[in-house]
Amino acid sequence: MSPETPSFIDRLRASGAVVSVLAIVAAFIVGGILIAATDEKTTSATTYFFARPLDTLAAAWNAAANSYAAMFRGAVFNYDASTFTAMIKPLTETLTYATPLLTASLGVAVAFRAGLFNIGAQGQLILGAMFATWIGFTLDLAWPVHLLLVILGSILGGALWGGLVGWIKARTGAHEVILTIMLNYVALNLLAYLLNTPVLQRPGSTNPVSPQVNGSAMYPELLGDEFRLHLGFLVAVAATALVWWLMNRSTLGFEIKAVGSNRHAARTAGINTFKVTVLAMVIAGALAGMAGAAQVNGTERFLTESVAASIGFDAITVALLGRSNPIGVFFAALLFGAFRAGGVTMQVATGTPIDIVLVVQSLIVLFIAAPPLVRSIFGLGQRKKRKPRTPGRDAAVAATAGGDK
Amino acid sequence: MKNSLRIKRSTGAAAAILGASALVLTACGSAPEEGGSGAAEEIDYTACMVSDEGGFDDGSFNQASHEGLLQAESELGVQTREAESNSSTDMGPNVNQMVDAGCDMIVTAGFKFEDLPVDAAEANPETNFVVVDYGYEELPENMRTLNYNTAEAAYLAGYTAAAYSKTGKVGTFGGGEIPTVTDFMFGFEQGVMKYNEDKGAEVEVEGMDTFVGDFSNTVKAKQISENFLNSDVDVIMPVAGPLGQTAVDAVNESANEDDAVVWVDTDGHEYANGGDTAVLTSVMKNMGLTVFESIEMDVNDEFASEAYVGTLENEGVGIAPFYEFESELPDGLQGELDALKEQIIAGEIDPLG
Repeated sequence: MSPETPSFIDRLRASGAVVSVLAIVAAFIVGGILIAATDEKTTSATTYFFARPLDTLAAAWNAAANSYAAMFRGAVFNYDASTFTAMIKPLTETLTYATPLLTASLGVAVAFRAGLFNIGAQGQLILGAMFATWIGFTLDLAWPVHLLLVILGSILGGALWGGLVGWIKARTGAHEVILTIMLNYVALNLLAYLLNTPVLQRPGSTNPVSPQVNGSAMYPELLGDEFRLHLGFLVAVAATALVWWLMNRSTLGFEIKAVGSNRHAARTAGINTFKVTVLAMVIAGALAGMAGAAQVNGTERFLTESVAASIGFDAITVALLGRSNPIGVFFAALLFGAFRAGGVTMQVATGTPIDIVLVVQSLIVLFIAAPPLVRSIFGLGQRKKRKPRTPGRDAAVAATAGGDK
Repeated sequence: MKNSLRIKRSTGAAAAILGASALVLTACGSAPEEGGSGAAEEIDYTACMVSDEGGFDDGSFNQASHEGLLQAESELGVQTREAESNSSTDMGPNVNQMVDAGCDMIVTAGFKFEDLPVDAAEANPETNFVVVDYGYEELPENMRTLNYNTAEAAYLAGYTAAAYSKTGKVGTFGGGEIPTVTDFMFGFEQGVMKYNEDKGAEVEVEGMDTFVGDFSNTVKAKQISENFLNSDVDVIMPVAGPLGQTAVDAVNESANEDDAVVWVDTDGHEYANGGDTAVLTSVMKNMGLTVFESIEMDVNDEFASEAYVGTLENEGVGIAPFYEFESELPDGLQGELDALKEQIIAGEIDPLG
């Protein structure tokens, strides 16, 4: 980033890991309060708060506790289930949801490291999904070859879309935020258009859906029919390792980080910033494109207009939460996968609107983006470096802060 | 400076006191007695519904079907569970969650679920499935589909529109050229023809081959509606899902007080934005009622796998009341409509001509 703009990304990255964790805790506490506030039993109990105050508190506690318990059952381990399969199914669902999110987030993270605020994972994912779908249902090949082609196609699609941004940015200096946001719209409308033409539309259908991709183009299920978890998860894990190696061990990774910290200094030091900017966006797009294949060829089997769901945007949050570090992104993606999986169960089991999950996710971003806020909520004091506190003390602080609210 | 600060603080305090007292007042109600509730006695039966991306407040089939679920909750005392899908990728997991949550019946509405319900029904024979407004060639034992013969009701709406029209021109347009759309349009046209035949009138139907091309192009749909109004058409029936709203907007914005819309699927008087001043009547699929009936059947152990088709006879389709437009319609119209309805039920009139 240029010296005259002290970068937003830099500030985010500079805040300590403990802030990330505390941001999650704070978001859950606020989320719990919101769940209680929107709960019918709680609101009806508040009308006679002074007659029987404990009713309100009990109802509020029940609403929040039940919702979060349902979320846990849906995301990690279903202790209510009768069979072993049903017990561990939530965990596999979490991993399934995390799969596309993981690679898309890695893409956003790589761009962050190059000082590029990549809002375009959504569009890159859509391009990847279109390539993957088209290859998936038009070609007729044997299994590993076909799947491999699909993955390469999704990488190519995403890389094109990301690379285009990198090229325009490096060539003309146009701002990547504007470019990626606009290209998201282009991608979405292109998808909607192609789904209504014979290129991608299912023959005989009047609805905007693509044909089903061939079985040979699907990621095989890892744990059998009972679970949706597919090979794409392992591919995503491999991609994480690759990105870690790229960023920490390779020359290109070093150059990306150098350009990200100070573009001018990097250029003065002899780094080809044009090449690095384009390549960073190509890699970012490729990773997001892979998420498209994970969606279509992992779980959905066919393409619809909402194939990307909100993955491209969640990816930004995940990359922030993971501090643009591949390992951090990995765990952040798992957390968000758990949110998605648990949110479904929470909605079904307790009637808590799934939008609460979105609120919690958004609050996490808010708290991460404002480290001083989190520090003051948890009484951590401003910045620069206290000795690390003992975990027990931290928990106590968190608990009291929660109680005040 | 000091002064203004003080004022600020005192108003702040006043506001706080006001707010607090409001809170205290609302919180002063007396606690309810334990037990005892007004609704129907709860029974051990869980009816569930999963929405598509539209959500339960989509103003269309999700919302209408959902009302059937709520009716079952209050009248039959069944337990309910519901899940909204934020995107199409959520629909499968939501249906699976419902199965796992022990639902006795799972309702889905609309074409977006595709083969999902039928696959789920085959995998879970213990759970019954109801699919609204979508059909399959073969139904598993535990599935019931609800579809609607909309041409019958559209016929009555066409007759009404012809009777209402002051300019002698009515119009219709569709979202796409598919049977579920064109059935409305043909029925509507036949109804107008019937009116001409019986009354010796010459009401024209415009737009029988006008299609937006999709169900999302609001600009084009509104243009079509405005073109109609500019060429002296004074009743429009849009058969284009959410695009119907554009016709209501065009009618409400037009200078001619007499312009009106025939809404489709739900009662436009309630569902359309500004529908109370624009909607003459509506060609309704009674989705709420038929969902309720399906749940009731299952509660009474009478669930049968069938492809139900709503007709005038079983009240699965119908036209909505005329509300404010009642006074502007010719006397005796209701009697004529009732007679036509009888004839359609008896098979003496084919609403598709």
